[in-house]
Amino acid sequence: MSTLKLDVVSAERVVYSDDVDIVIAPGIEGQLGILPHHTPLMTTLQVGELLVRKGAQEFSLVITGGFLEVRPDRVIVLADAAERAEEIDITRAEDAKRRAEEQLKRRTPEVDVAQAEAALRRSLARLKVGEKRRRRRGS
Amino acid sequence: MANIRVIRSRMRGVQNIIKITRAMEMIATSKMRRAQERGLAGRPYSEKIRQVIADLVALPTNSRAPHPLLQRRPPAKIAIVHITPDRGLCGGLNTNVNRQAASFILEQKIPVTVICVGRKGLDYMLRQGRDVKAEFTWLGDHPSLLDTLPISRIIIDDYTNGVIDAAYLSYAHFVSTMIQRPVVQPLLPVEPAEIPEAQNVDYIYEPSSDVVLAELLPRFVEMQVYHAILEAIASEQSARMVAMRNATENGKELIDDLTLLYNKARQESITKELLDIVGGVAALT
Repeated sequence: MSTLKLDVVSAERVVYSDDVDIVIAPGIEGQLGILPHHTPLMTTLQVGELLVRKGAQEFSLVITGGFLEVRPDRVIVLADAAERAEEIDITRAEDAKRRAEEQLKRRTPEVDVAQAEAALRRSLARLKVGEKRRRRRGS
Repeated sequence: MANIRVIRSRMRGVQNIIKITRAMEMIATSKMRRAQERGLAGRPYSEKIRQVIADLVALPTNSRAPHPLLQRRPPAKIAIVHITPDRGLCGGLNTNVNRQAASFILEQKIPVTVICVGRKGLDYMLRQGRDVKAEFTWLGDHPSLLDTLPISRIIIDDYTNGVIDAAYLSYAHFVSTMIQRPVVQPLLPVEPAEIPEAQNVDYIYEPSSDVVLAELLPRFVEMQVYHAILEAIASEQSARMVAMRNATENGKELIDDLTLLYNKARQESITKELLDIVGGVAALT
C-alpha cells in the first residue's frame, strides 16, 4: 500500500516528518482528508487539529493557521505554529483561554475583538487536542 | 625591586583578562552553534514559500492586478532595515555593517528612512543624523518569529500605504565562522524567484490562487526579516568568538613576554644582592 510523506514545518523548526496513510487537515473551506494519490492542491488552513493516521496509530497536531500543499505522494504543511499533542502545555492554553474570554466579555474600546477571538480559537484548539490525548492515555 | 612588583601585578592583570576572553569565546561558540541551527531549521519553510510564490506568480490568471507587495513603483522614498548586534566586542563586525549601510544610503539620491534592529546600528545612525523611523533593541540571542513580526509589519504597512517605494535589508551575511560579509539586499517589492525547470504542477487552489498568494506574500517578507536577524546573530557570535580567541592568544603572548622580563629582573636583583654581600665581606676582611 502506498503512503504519503508528510512534512509539517513551522518557521522555527520541522515539527513532524514521516510516512503516513491519511492526513485530515482543517482547510479554510472545511475539513479535508487526504489519501495517497490526491490531486495537487494548495490551500490555506484554519486554526485546528491536524489528524494523522499511520497503520493502527493515530495522532494529532495543533495548527494555528498556515498553508497546505498536496502532491500525489507528499503533503507539506507550512504552519504559522504547530505543536504535537504531547507538547501542548494545557495549563498555559487554559490561561490563554481565560484571558481571551475576559477580554471578549469586557469589550472595552482598546480590546481588539478580532485578535481576542483568534487567541480564543487557538487556545480552544490546543485544549481540544491536548484533552483528547489525555483521555486516550487514561483509558 | 619595585620593577619586579610592577611586572608581577601586570601579569596577574593579563591573566585575569585571559580568563574573561576565554569564557566569552566559549559562550560565543555555543551561542553561535545554536543560532546556526535555528537558521537552518527555518530554511525548509522559507524555501517552500519562495517556490510556491514563484508558482503562483507564474499563473496566467494573476496577470490582471498584481498584489500590492509585488507592484514596483519608481522609487521616491525608500527604507532600510539595519540589523546589527546590541553589543560590541566582536571585532570589526559592527563597523563593517554600519559602513556598508552608510555607503548604501549615501549612494541613494532619494530620502532614506532607517529602521534599526540592534543598539550598535541605532547609535551609529543617530550619530550620523539619519532619519530613524523605528528601533528594536535587545531582542535577545534567540528571538522567536513572533518577536520580529512588528518589524516586518512596519515595512509592509508603509509599503502598501505608499509611504515608501522600496525596502532593503542590511545585515551581516554569515558565510562561515571566519567570514561574515555585510550585505544590503532588496526586501520589497517581492522578487518572485524564477522557476528552475518545468516542475510546474497544476494545483487546485482553495479558496483561490489570489487569496493564497495574498496570504503568502506577507509571510514571505516576515520570514526574510526573521531569517536576516537569525543570520545576523550567528554572524555576531562567530565574529565575537574569533575576536575573543585572538584576544586570548595575544594575552598568552603577553604573558610569555612578561614572564621573560620578570625572570630577567629577578635574576638581576639577585645578582645585585650577591654582589653587595660579596662586596661587604671583602670590605670587612
